Amino acid sequence: MLSRTAENLYWLARYVERAEYLARTIEATLRVTALPNAYIGKTNEWDSALLTAGVSASFYKIHKEADERNVVDYLSFAPENPSSIRNCIENARLNSRSVRTALTSEMWDTINSAWIDLQEIWGKGTKTREELNKFLRFVQEISLRFDGSAYRTMLRNDAYWFSRLGLHLERADNTARILDVKYHVLLPEEEHVGGPLDYYQWTSILRSVSALTAYHWVYRETLKPWLIADLLILNESLPRSLASCYSNLARNLDQIGVAYGRQGAAQRHARGVRNRLEHSNMNDIFQHGVHEFIQEFIADNGRLGEIIAKQYLI
Amino acid sequence: MAVAFDEMNGSDGDLRPAYQELSRWLKETPPDALEYRRQEAELLFRRIGITFAVYGDSEAQERLIPFDVIPRIISGKEWSLLEKGLKQRVRAINMFLRDIYHARDILRADIIPEDLIFQNPVFRPEMNGQDVPHDVYVHIAGIDIIRTEPENFFVLEDNARTPSGVSYMLENREIMMRLFPDLFARHRVAPVEKYPDELLSALRSVAPISASAEPTVALLTPGVYNSAYYEHSFLADKLGVELVEGRDLIVKNDEVFMRTTEGLKRVDVIYRRLDDDFLDPLSFRPDSVLGVPGLMSAYAAGNITLANAVGTGIADDKAVYSYMPEIVKFYLGEEPILKNVPTWRCREPADLAYVLDHLGELVVKEVHGSGGYGMLIGPAATKATIEAFRDKLKREPEGFIAQPTLALSTCPTCTESGLAPRHVDLRPFVLTGRDRVNIIPGGLTRVALKAGSLVVNSSQGGGTKDTWILDELS
Repeated sequence: MLSRTAENLYWLARYVERAEYLARTIEATLRVTALPNAYIGKTNEWDSALLTAGVSASFYKIHKEADERNVVDYLSFAPENPSSIRNCIENARLNSRSVRTALTSEMWDTINSAWIDLQEIWGKGTKTREELNKFLRFVQEISLRFDGSAYRTMLRNDAYWFSRLGLHLERADNTARILDVKYHVLLPEEEHVGGPLDYYQWTSILRSVSALTAYHWVYRETLKPWLIADLLILNESLPRSLASCYSNLARNLDQIGVAYGRQGAAQRHARGVRNRLEHSNMNDIFQHGVHEFIQEFIADNGRLGEIIAKQYLI
Repeated sequence: MAVAFDEMNGSDGDLRPAYQELSRWLKETPPDALEYRRQEAELLFRRIGITFAVYGDSEAQERLIPFDVIPRIISGKEWSLLEKGLKQRVRAINMFLRDIYHARDILRADIIPEDLIFQNPVFRPEMNGQDVPHDVYVHIAGIDIIRTEPENFFVLEDNARTPSGVSYMLENREIMMRLFPDLFARHRVAPVEKYPDELLSALRSVAPISASAEPTVALLTPGVYNSAYYEHSFLADKLGVELVEGRDLIVKNDEVFMRTTEGLKRVDVIYRRLDDDFLDPLSFRPDSVLGVPGLMSAYAAGNITLANAVGTGIADDKAVYSYMPEIVKFYLGEEPILKNVPTWRCREPADLAYVLDHLGELVVKEVHGSGGYGMLIGPAATKATIEAFRDKLKREPEGFIAQPTLALSTCPTCTESGLAPRHVDLRPFVLTGRDRVNIIPGGLTRVALKAGSLVVNSSQGGGTKDTWILDELS
């Protein structure tokens, strides 16, 4: 297939995934900030929302302080924020138009209809909490529908695999970022200092990666930071865990390699990261330092993006 | 101006045979049911994303072309006459282009003045002596036809460069079949869905000799911001070929390749929807970022077929148009089946004098204009506009031609005050491959939605209709 087509499919999936993640982040932050101060302390949750979205620097160029109104606006609607939900959806639609021939009509319809429906919201924004919640739900549904229609209707060939690569690379980045911002509440077992404060931080993390219920099913335990880190980093059964993302990335890259009859740096790099995750345990990771581990992972993940671009997309 | 001929009710109000079923159906169908279907059609167009862009109109970057749900019906007998005439015309155009870029017999026979060709900016000296596979220059032609009387069809324009609109022919039909299945059941409408297949086999039939047995075809688009981008992606999809932009292509050793995830892949035939000027920055406009550097040298080496060929603009120039009856006679030795609209060439002093005297009743067009821009419709223009045009005309007479204001035929059309006659034209698409000329029975009917308006262009408020050719022979 055309390199440009592969590139567009890859970015299309990334934009959709990012839009969903932003919507989840805002939703989780709204929940935690609705609690009385006694439960969450004086931390500025809107500030961490900006950090997990990776747009802190650009935000503070325009705004002095982060509060609900300006952060929600910046993450959702601001045209000047290149990764606002609005820009993600606009870019997704533009990418879809450029690769219409590689999309199934169901996928195109999902993106195009959502884009049409959202034009109205771009114009007037959301006035009430209800409207905002409805909007955030809607954005999450776009990604569910998009993902679902890709899964159910696309031929299993390189077009599908490149789209999956974008999805999992973006997803791994998002999960890693949330861990990176919140690593200080994910303390090793013996240093347990948690109070009600940390408890709500933890549920907030789990909510932003839609893993709160999953946690209880997997561990059948009350929330423990140690296990939360295990779930998000190493547990392959959680679709948003780093391990799951990398098992998918390595598999999709292998499928491309087999179809093209050639392996390359991208395959080797993805396999390397996957193997490291497979052979790690939380003990080692805490020894090494969660923060350092996550930092390295984010860098590795970024590198995989560059290698894929060089090998296939340019 | 006389009352226009109405394709349903004739000139005298007698229902014409091809419209009998439709008329009966319209009587049975309540107006609000029509309105409901109209809205449904609009929704479908928007959902599918069948939009076009209007340049210089940033408010509405993507607009819908209004779709009128009342079909335009042409009888099988009328169509077979049109079909013969169109084939004849396109054969002559291809022979004319071959001649102009080689022996130039028609110039030596003094049928067309030399300077009209050689001074013409759309004449491409790069094509002199250059052979194209099977002497086909215009693989896809969109010939604009207007009608003034039951038997009177005129060619208004020969679009021989990159005619657009065929996606509307196909999509309008799809939507009509979805919305009005019972109306179809009451007619025998010739299908149009074979168009992409016919187009693909025409394109493959003209692959260069150096191509493999399974030539690779690609569709070259200027990109998502082009006004006809939807059509480009639609056609690429239906043809099953890659939709490429200039940056996807690269020329190496006079061969054209596309960049794929598996490396470079050779391309043999390019169905290009990019104008000559932008094709190759090394040969034409050096500032073009849409084109492919070196494409013309691969073309000269005979390793790539461009459809349509470079330099076909000389055949649809509006001044050359006026010679088309002579061109048909010269190459085919036949009388032209389709008429030309009488045309005054302002480059000729006697014609210019006549035109200046009669500006109030003529249509004056720029020789290189398109899309209905830069044209004067005398009877509809104010005094001031006419005077301004007079100055332009005097300054640069060779830039203009003039034609009588013809009463385009009308068809019943949905308007705010119910069904009313509106003026229409017709653009059938003519495909030419290695050994045959082929026309899918149908075309794009454009309709001027404003009462009395003669401008059918979509950029100026025109709409479209599904065009039904009745298959009466079967």
